[in-house]
This record gives sequence, C-alpha cells and structure tokens, in this order.
Amino acid sequence: MSTGQEREPYLQMSGIYKHFPGVKALNDVSFRLFPGEVHALMGENGAGKSTLIKVLTGVYSIDQGTVTLGGRDVAIHSPLEAQAAGISTVYQEVNLCPNLTVAENIFIGREPRRFGRILWKEMNRKAEQLLRDRLQLSIDVTQPLYMYSVAIQQLVAIARALNISAKVLILDEPTSSLDRNEVEQLFKIMRKLKEDGLAILFVTHFLDQVYEISERITILRNGEFVGEYEAAQLPRIELVSKMIGKELELLGELPRAGGEGRAEAKESLIEAVGLGRKGAIEPFDLLIGKGEVVSLAGLLGSGRTEMARLFFGADRPDQGQLLLKDSQGGVHSPRQAIDAGIAFCPENRKTEGIIDDLTVRENIVLAMQATRGWMRRIPRKRQDEIAEQYIKALNINPPNPEHLVKNLSGGNQQKVILARWLITQPKLLILDEPTRGIDVGAKAEIQKLVLSLSQRGMSVLFVSSELEEVVRVSDRIVVLRDRKKVKEMQDDIGQQQVMQAIAGG
Amino acid sequence: MFKQKYLSIAVTVFLFAVMFLAGSFRYTGFFSLQVILNLLIDNAFLLIVAVGMTFVIVTGGIDLSVGSVIALTTMMSATLVQEHGWPPAVVIPLMLAIGSLFGWVMGAIIHYFKIQPFIVTLAGMFLARGLCYVISINTITIDDPFYTKMAQTKIHLPGGSFVSISVIIALVVVAAGIYIAHYTRLGRNIYALGGSEQSALLMGLPVARTKIAVYTLSGFCSALAGIVFTFYMLSGYGLHAMGLELDAIASVVIGGTLLTGGVGYIFGTFFGVLIQGVIQTIISFEGTLSSWWTKIVIGLLLFLFILFQRVLSARQATQKL
Amino acid sequence: MRIHKHHLFWPLAMLAALLLFNLFYAPEDFYTIQVRNGHLYGTLIDILNFGAPLILVAIGMTVVIATGGIDLSVGSVVAISGAMACLTISKGADQDAIGLLVEAIALSIGIALLLGLWNGLLVSVIGIQPIIATLILMVAGRGIAQLITSGQIITVMSDRYGYIGSGSLLGLPFSIFIVVAVFAVAVLLTRRTALGLFIESVGRNPSASRLAGIRSRYVLIAVYLFCGLCAAIAGLILSSNVSSADGNNAGLWYELDAILAVVIGGTSLTGGRFYLTGTVIGALIIQTLTTTIYMIGVPPEITLVVKAFVVLVVCLIQSETFRKTLVQRWQTRRYPAEREVAKHV
Repeated sequence: MSTGQEREPYLQMSGIYKHFPGVKALNDVSFRLFPGEVHALMGENGAGKSTLIKVLTGVYSIDQGTVTLGGRDVAIHSPLEAQAAGISTVYQEVNLCPNLTVAENIFIGREPRRFGRILWKEMNRKAEQLLRDRLQLSIDVTQPLYMYSVAIQQLVAIARALNISAKVLILDEPTSSLDRNEVEQLFKIMRKLKEDGLAILFVTHFLDQVYEISERITILRNGEFVGEYEAAQLPRIELVSKMIGKELELLGELPRAGGEGRAEAKESLIEAVGLGRKGAIEPFDLLIGKGEVVSLAGLLGSGRTEMARLFFGADRPDQGQLLLKDSQGGVHSPRQAIDAGIAFCPENRKTEGIIDDLTVRENIVLAMQATRGWMRRIPRKRQDEIAEQYIKALNINPPNPEHLVKNLSGGNQQKVILARWLITQPKLLILDEPTRGIDVGAKAEIQKLVLSLSQRGMSVLFVSSELEEVVRVSDRIVVLRDRKKVKEMQDDIGQQQVMQAIAGG
Repeated sequence: MFKQKYLSIAVTVFLFAVMFLAGSFRYTGFFSLQVILNLLIDNAFLLIVAVGMTFVIVTGGIDLSVGSVIALTTMMSATLVQEHGWPPAVVIPLMLAIGSLFGWVMGAIIHYFKIQPFIVTLAGMFLARGLCYVISINTITIDDPFYTKMAQTKIHLPGGSFVSISVIIALVVVAAGIYIAHYTRLGRNIYALGGSEQSALLMGLPVARTKIAVYTLSGFCSALAGIVFTFYMLSGYGLHAMGLELDAIASVVIGGTLLTGGVGYIFGTFFGVLIQGVIQTIISFEGTLSSWWTKIVIGLLLFLFILFQRVLSARQATQKL
Repeated sequence: MRIHKHHLFWPLAMLAALLLFNLFYAPEDFYTIQVRNGHLYGTLIDILNFGAPLILVAIGMTVVIATGGIDLSVGSVVAISGAMACLTISKGADQDAIGLLVEAIALSIGIALLLGLWNGLLVSVIGIQPIIATLILMVAGRGIAQLITSGQIITVMSDRYGYIGSGSLLGLPFSIFIVVAVFAVAVLLTRRTALGLFIESVGRNPSASRLAGIRSRYVLIAVYLFCGLCAAIAGLILSSNVSSADGNNAGLWYELDAILAVVIGGTSLTGGRFYLTGTVIGALIIQTLTTTIYMIGVPPEITLVVKAFVVLVVCLIQSETFRKTLVQRWQTRRYPAEREVAKHV
C-alpha cells in the first residue's frame, strides 16, 4: 500500500487562525490529507479538533489562512458549499433527519426529478444500489431512519457523502456509540473507501482504533499544531504525551502534598459491581473507601465522566449494581444519591451546573434547600451567612452574594457549584474536571481543599485530565482507556506510570 | 410488511368510518353520499386552512393567525367589492397576495429574530382581527353577482348529489398539498426541517427559505379559505371564523400530524376535517344535544391522539431494526 | 443598581405614559373620583375593579410561565368555575343562603383544582409539551362549561354572591381586596417558602435542577394547580359581577391577555426569574389601555392592533438575542451556519 509520500495532498490547510470572544480556538494550524488514506486527528479538550472540522465544513469562518483543495484555493461559506467542493462530514450525532426514509436521507436536496416531480422509485432503487455496492449493506431503504441502529445510520450518512461524490470524508468520532462488531464493519468499509481513493479524516479518542486503521496522525493541543506523524512510527506513549503536553523527559516527580502514611486500609463506603452502560462505559468494579481520594485518569472520551455519573445516579446503568455499605437504599436518581450523602459537580457547569439567572447565594443554597423540601425554607439571614462563609472560604470573586452567576468567570462559577455541594456535607464528593478553566492559584486551592476534606473523612471521586493534580491528590488512581477500566494504581504513583497505563499497548 | 407510519392515518380513517356508520345506524337519512358531501360544503374553508396548517406544524411551528386572516380577507373583499366597486377579478388575486405577504412577514420574523412561532402568529392574529375592525365594525353584505353565483352554483354529480365550487377548490388544494408534500423538493425540505433543523442545516438544505415558505403558504391558504368563506357567508365581518385556528389545529393533530414536527399527512388532515364535520352532523341530527358537545368530543379526541403519539414516540426510541 | 435596569422600570414607565396621556387628554373623565353613599366611583376605580379577573389570571399564569410552560386553558377554567357556581346557587331553595354560597364556591374551586391537576399531570408525568397539553382543555373546556350551563346563560338572584364581584368594602370594590389577598398569598408561597426558588430553577435549567436534587414533578404540578385556582377565583368575580354565567363568552381570550401581561411585566416566556409585581402592572397596563381607547372614542377593537404591536415590541426587546443577533448577523452575514449550529468547544 503506497504511503502517498510522493503524491500531492488533496486537502491542504495552512496557517489557519480562528478565534471566538475570549478564546483562541485555532492558532496557526496546518493540516493535510492525502487521497487514499485514513488520517487521524487527535487532541484533548480544547485542542481545536471540532473547530477545524467546522471550518472545513463551512460552519465557521476563518480569520486567516488558506484552504486548498485539489490544488485550488477555496473559501467555503456554508455546508452546501462544502458539499459542492466534495467535502462531506459524518457527525458524532449522525446529523441526518430520523423521520425521513433511508433513501431520502441519502438524496435529500438532490432528489432525482422529472419536470419538478420527485421520482421515488428511481431514488429508492439508486439508494439500494449505492448501499449494496459500496457499503455492502442490504436494508429496506423505504423505512424511516430512526428504525435503524446508530451504526447503520452512520453508514447511511456515509452513503450520502458518497452520493455527492465526496473526495474528502470526515468522520467525527463515529465509533463512540458502536459495539465491537459494528466498529469492525465500519473499518471494513473505511478500508474499501480508502482503496477507492477517498481521503478520510478520522477524529477519535480511542487509541486502539487509531493504530488499527490510520496511516497518519495529526495532533493538536490548545489550538496549536503539535505535529503530523506516521502512525507506524509513533509509539503510543509518545502520542499520549504529546496530546497531554508532558514531554517524557521533563516529567519530574512532584511530591504528593498529602504526606505519608495514607496507605492504610480504608473502610468501604460505596462499591460498584459490574456496573455498566451501553455506549458509555463497559462493566466495571470499583470500591471507594471512606476518606479516600480516588481519581479517574484517562484521555478525553475514555469514559471517566460516564463512570462518575453512574455513581451519582445521573444516568441509569444497563447492568450491575451500586452498593452502599451503610444503607439499604439504591442510587437510581440524583435525589436518591443526595439522600445517601453523595454530591456531584458536573463537568459541564454551564448546562448542568449553574442556574445562570440566579444569584450566587441562590445557587449555593440550592442543593441544601432541595434536601429540606419546599416548605422548610432556609431563613434569609442564614442563607446570607452561608453565602458569605463560602465566598470567603473559596475566594469567590466578586465577593457579592447577590451577583448573578452568569456574570462570574468560569472558575468562579465552578467554585459556586463546589460550595453548593460542600454545605450538604456529603460522604462522597464527585468532582468532574473541577479545575478546568480555572487560574493556577484557584487550582491549588481546590487541590488543597480536596486533600483536607479527605483527611476529615470525606471520600472524593476525582476526574481530571491533568496528570499533575491527579498524582498529587490521589490515594488511588483508576486508569480508563477506550471506555474501559484498565488498571488501578496505588503506591508509587508517578505521572510517567500513569501515562504509561493510559497509553497501554 | 406493515408500515408503522401508516398506523396513524389508519386510525383516523377508521375513526371516521366508525362514526359515519354509527350515525347511519342511528339516524335515517344519514347514510347517503350527500351527507358526506355536505360535510365538505360546510367545511371547505376549514379544509383549505388545515392544509396550510399541516405544513406549518410539520416544521414544528404553529400558526394562530389563520382565523383572523380569513376574517380580514372577507372584510377587505367585501369593502373593496361593495363599497369601492372593484371587480372580483382584481380583488381575489389581491387577497391571495396580501395573505401570502402576511405569512411571509411572520415567517421572516420567526426565523430571523428567533421568536417563537406561537408569539409571532399570536401577534399576527391580533393584528389581522384589529385591521378588520379598522375597516368596519359591522357586517358588510356582499351582493356582487360573481360572488352570489359562486355561492349558489351547484355542481351536480352522477347519482343526484351535488357539491359547491368551494369544495372543488378545497379538493384541488388538498391534491396540491399532497403533491407538494410528497413530490417536490420543497415538501421534502419541509419534512427534513421538522425532523431536525440542525441536521437540515448541516446537510446543506435551505432552511431559511423553507421556513419562511411554510408560513407564506399558510398565509396563502388562509386568504384562499377567506375567499371561499366569502362565497359561503356572502359577507365581510370581523367576527368571522373566530376560533377557527383551534379547529384547524385539532384537525391536523387528529389527522396524525405530530405537533413536535417531522411527521404529518395531508391525507390524514383531510380525514381530520371530515371527523369534525361528522361530529357536527351527528349532533345536528341528534337534535337534542347542543353543539357544545362537539367541543368536548374534539377535546377528548385530541387528548387520545396526543397520548397515542406520545406512546408511539416513546416506543420509537427503544425499537430498532 | 441603575434605575433603568430595574426590572420594574419599563412596565412602570409604560403605565406612567398611559396615565400621563390621560392626564392631558381627558383629565376630568379619567381622574375624577366621586364619593357617593360612602363608595368611591371613578375611572381609576373601574380599572382596578374590571381588571381584577385579568390580574388574577395573570398572577397564576406567571408561575406557570416561570417553569418554562404555558397555560392556554385559563379562559375555559374561568367560564367553568363561573358556570359551576351559578348552577349550584340557582338550584338552591334560598339563593341567598350562606351555606349555598360556600357550597358553590367550594365546588367551583374544587373543579378548577382538578383541572389544574389534569394539566400538571399531562405536563410533568406524561411529558406532553405545555402548549399542547393545555390546548386540549382549552378546546374541551368551553364544551364542559356549556355542559354545566346546559347551553343557557344561568342567572342567579343572590346578593351574597353578587357581593364577590360588585360588592363594596371600605368604599372600594370587594374584588380589589380579593386580588390583594391572592397576590399576598402568591408572594408568601413563592418567597417565604423555597417554592419560588425551585420554580425559577426548574424553569431556567431543568437538567441542572435535577442534578441539584429538585423534584421538578411536584413543582410543575403545583404551578398548574395554582394557575387553575387563580382562574377559578377570577371566574367567580366575573360571573358574580353580572350575576350570571355565560359558558360561551366568559373569559374569552383571557389567556392571551394574561400572557401579554406576564411578558410586559418582565417574566421571560422561556422560564426562570418571575416578577409577580411586574405582572400586576402589566395587567393594569392592558386594562388602562383598553379603557383609554374606549374613552377616546376609538372602536375598542382597535386595542387588538395595538396589542399586536406591543407583543412584538416587548418580545423583541426582551430577547437580548435580538440585539446580539443584529450585531452577530452582520458579522457573520456570509456564514449563516455559524450562528445556528451548536458549538462544542
């Protein structure tokens, strides 16, 4: 199989800049795609992957830079223009119309017509043929799309791309909701399409899959271009280190701020046995002890948030159980979790955390008030006291309890949510990326807080992409990769070991 | 293989058949073609409006202004023809143009300013009704020969029954509606938009054009229904067609269209209107029951159909091929 | 806090503008208050008196809208409750008996609460969109009202009953006191308990509320119950004022005026923060507007046109997206999709 080194890249993006208010999404990024290859685009949160794709598909404009297709400079202003240029995208959420039939989804916007009248029979026939010949799929194309599984819907999306004679196919995290067999099938199709000369851009978080199917890998980090590598010549550990931004040699051993003697056996607080949720996280066992800090480490998309949410009852598991050692009740909903003494700071604080139109004070007392019910209102005076107390303790800025939360910076919003849960004095505090988007000083404060809480007997389940702080605060580290728990580490944890465990291979 | 999507229409048609047969058993003279044709004669304008409404609801929107636009059309027609002597040949196309423009403006506001269709068309409803009264508070009777001819012409069918011209117009609209919905790109884009606006956008479909087109179409249908209404009532009056929008929405829902959008059948709407008509007919045959029973039955039917839709969509989420 | 940013500024300004207009246009007619037989009479009093049912319905509607919902059935509930009360009284031997009055009021309110519960269950348990769920009762409700009155207009001869709508207390119409009482109850219920906080939270961000442990189901049922209750009391006032119940016309289009009042008062249709005082002012604005137009001599139906514009203007102003949209539209005029598609950074 030729590596395409001598051929011209079909797609070339150079010097791409794109910014949004307050955020530099793409900073001098380059990317190139050769025909007949699968090229993986990788990066952690905020790397700029999805921005790059949206630029290619005409959803976003670029501030600076050039995009060249087949040797010609192009400027793409809309999804329609992108399609006309031969670029087609299959999104993670499979952006097709579930109420339309399979054939329609493939052809809509370009249905075969005679004198303005759509020819259904011909459309259905062509759709069937396309699916059969190029994707080896034989299904009833007259059925509405929602009747089919996500895997098949994706293939329909690919069929649509082929129908418009796409030269570039972008697959944005296509395997997130697929099982092993479906992934195999998808890869088979991808290999065949590669042979047909298609240039495929593959965005994924699954390390194993990257190495299984791609020829080339481009890594982005914080909106910057880190490098383009040949998959066969990039060891996994190097890939991970480049994504996270820790050069292997520079990894020092930062002393764990918790002190020694933390390895004594902990009494169990809560245990997950065979807990799993299809498409989110494979069944796992995990025991969290009282006063323990357990961290979930792994790349973005490895299943950390999904695992954390199951502990709070925020999502329902398909199998397994969650056992509380001190009580009989289960944890099937956030309400039950809170009653059992579990608290949860979600990753997405804007959509699932803060109530932006309410004040700092109201946001802080919300969970505690919910526990007391609607009749027993926390007296205003007490609310003010609580708000003042936590504003000071967590250094929330501006220190005005009547400020609307939507006007606070991201970091301060996070502190408000933290305060909300701390006053409920939970037995288990689940923190999902609590320090993301927070300044260095605040980060250190939160880490210190976590340690002091655990010393006072609170258990903490800590999810973070920053290896440094994971290593610093944890008693135990659970490593996840590709939606599976792969390792538990205790004693002698260093950043290098963790990264090795994440990379695997 | 039984297509699930036809389940809704089947239920509606079945319901109509059941009601019609029930009526036929109970009352003499019920079981005749003329009874059904009378349904159409009396509800031709509702049928036209409901076709437009179907398209709007399929995109996930709603149009509360239809009854008011009908009234406005009758008012403007009456005033222009009776008091200013304009020829019907000029007035009628003008009404259609104005109705379409009215819809167009609402559609543009809804799309470009992202205000909920409920509010914008509500404002449209107030505006149209208000304009009626600005023209005149009282009824304006129409005695123009063209209109009276249209009102009184009976088109005879083999077998002795007859329909009015309005019915023909309404049936043409229904046929056109079915054609647009299923055989034109505009129609398919409307369904796509209703299924998922975000997807439609990413697939490169002309979302803005489609959304505005739908409200323009509804405005056109309202104006056309208004003209048909003038044939029926031979007058212009601000209180005409009060509450008609609810009847239209009910017909559309009972006809199997999902209020959440993406799924809908003009054919179903046709039967939805027939069901409303049959209920009214049964009640008038009954004699002792008052007309308000219609509202309760329609409300009940609405509830059952909405519940049915909810159950179906809940099952959809879990059932996969 | 800058004056013009306060949420009551615009509503009060609008009301002030209307009152000012009347000051210049017809000061004697509008502002004269006479005292006869110990009762106050005048246009201002009339506005408060005749606006009472609307204010009540709007108060109930406020909390429903705050949860991100809407209740289109209030007009029908107004009709039903009036019908129920008049039916009960008209069937009694002594139409003036206190026991009968109590029974009538209890039955009306009871049936309204049942209907409110119906709406609440449809929305919170079955999960039907509020517009659709309450549409059902809006359609069927008129029929139910007619069912109760058997299609007739029921008249009653009961001074006691008439007191509700047209009676006098301390020189002012009794209905004003009812409104004040209901308003006070609403404020107490929402601000002295945690209910207001929960309503605003659920309306603004249902998923965050769920994760914070709020039981939104009960909150939703509560607001639809309260809305039904307010509509019932409004129906009683309305029907008692004319000592009759008209199943067809009572409360016609009230829901629209109520929604308008809520929106003018500053509560957003998408849910979240709500302002009961704002709503009251909004309702007063509508009532004053209607009265002013009537006094000018313009056909009262013109109010409809004015209302149309007010609705649109208020909505446009309310959406900051409107302002942002104008700016953003210009900046991204060549990339229509950038605005539409959800960003995920």
